[in-house]
Amino acid sequence: MRKIILSSIITILSLSYGLSQGYNVGDKAADFKLKDVDGKLVSLSDYNNAKGIVVIFTCNHCPYAQAYQDRIIKIDKKYKSLGYPVIAINPNDPQIVPDDSYDAMKVRAKEKGFTFPYLFDETQTVYREYGAKHTPHVFLLEKKGNEYYVRYIGAIDDNYEDETKVTQTYLANAIDALLAGKTPEPSMTKAIGCSIKDKQTQH
Amino acid sequence: MKKWFLIPVLFLFVWQPAKLQELSDARIHIMNFGQFEPNLHFINDTVYLINFWATWCAPCREEFPSILQVSHKYANRKFKLILVSLDLPNQVESQLLPYLRSKNVTSDVILLDDTNSNRWINKVDPDWSGGLPFSLIYGWNFREPYEQSFTFNKLDSIINLKTKKQ
Repeated sequence: MRKIILSSIITILSLSYGLSQGYNVGDKAADFKLKDVDGKLVSLSDYNNAKGIVVIFTCNHCPYAQAYQDRIIKIDKKYKSLGYPVIAINPNDPQIVPDDSYDAMKVRAKEKGFTFPYLFDETQTVYREYGAKHTPHVFLLEKKGNEYYVRYIGAIDDNYEDETKVTQTYLANAIDALLAGKTPEPSMTKAIGCSIKDKQTQH
Repeated sequence: MKKWFLIPVLFLFVWQPAKLQELSDARIHIMNFGQFEPNLHFINDTVYLINFWATWCAPCREEFPSILQVSHKYANRKFKLILVSLDLPNQVESQLLPYLRSKNVTSDVILLDDTNSNRWINKVDPDWSGGLPFSLIYGWNFREPYEQSFTFNKLDSIINLKTKKQ
């Protein structure tokens, strides 16, 4: 019995330690295998011809995430042909937010006409590994050989409220920099967003 | 003809109580970060709880009653709650005021309207990722960030301890 308690304490400790971790710019990004809204499994390794991937943790219910839906479609349309397609991942637990259920994701993807895969991080392991903190949260990955490296983490741009008033298109600038063989600057930005809904981190 | 004329006058009477109720609404102060920033740096013997929240944020709504309850409980100590809403300015009438009304909040509420959050989040706290809710509890000799929602008991014990020390 003691052993069980001890090992569960260790598990909890290591989990909570793991939760506070996440990627920094320069880290190697782990591949994943997650279900798209049409039931197909999607991985980074599926993208043979990509130069990189724009991974965006986002969701249905969050007004900030909603404000960026159309801009994410535009980014995907523009950069997919240049070698940087978007993969969107919903990291939320639908038991906490029913609006972020897999079925609701299907409806949203269809309504908005998403041009990119919209994946469900059902076990919430991918967002924890990446260290996503809120939605929307971008991880721009560059492909080197068969591996992916994190080159930019943060916001899409500097105005969630009004696209016409954006002065810094952080994500697009970062992709442009990579395409030009340069290092994105800034490589990390912050933005207000909806915290990711996870029973383990609810206090 | 005269009777028709009376209808708008009657309406005025009906509307009067509603107007009176609006007078006791919370006062919303819309400001950019520069205008808000002094609230983060008061130096006196009061303990400040700055709660960043929004009506669209479910965990914020969950903790909101506990925050109000703690604020009432320590009203006679040197303690001040500063509510900072990140609702959109065009949702003050439709979302923010009705919500505050439903919680009987009649005090001042700041609405931080500064879209360049990359610039100001670090100035609130370098470790804040930008997720909501976020609370900063500070006094002249301490500063504690909390990127989480509070239960009544947790917040109560923190504020009790901090305000006792004074």
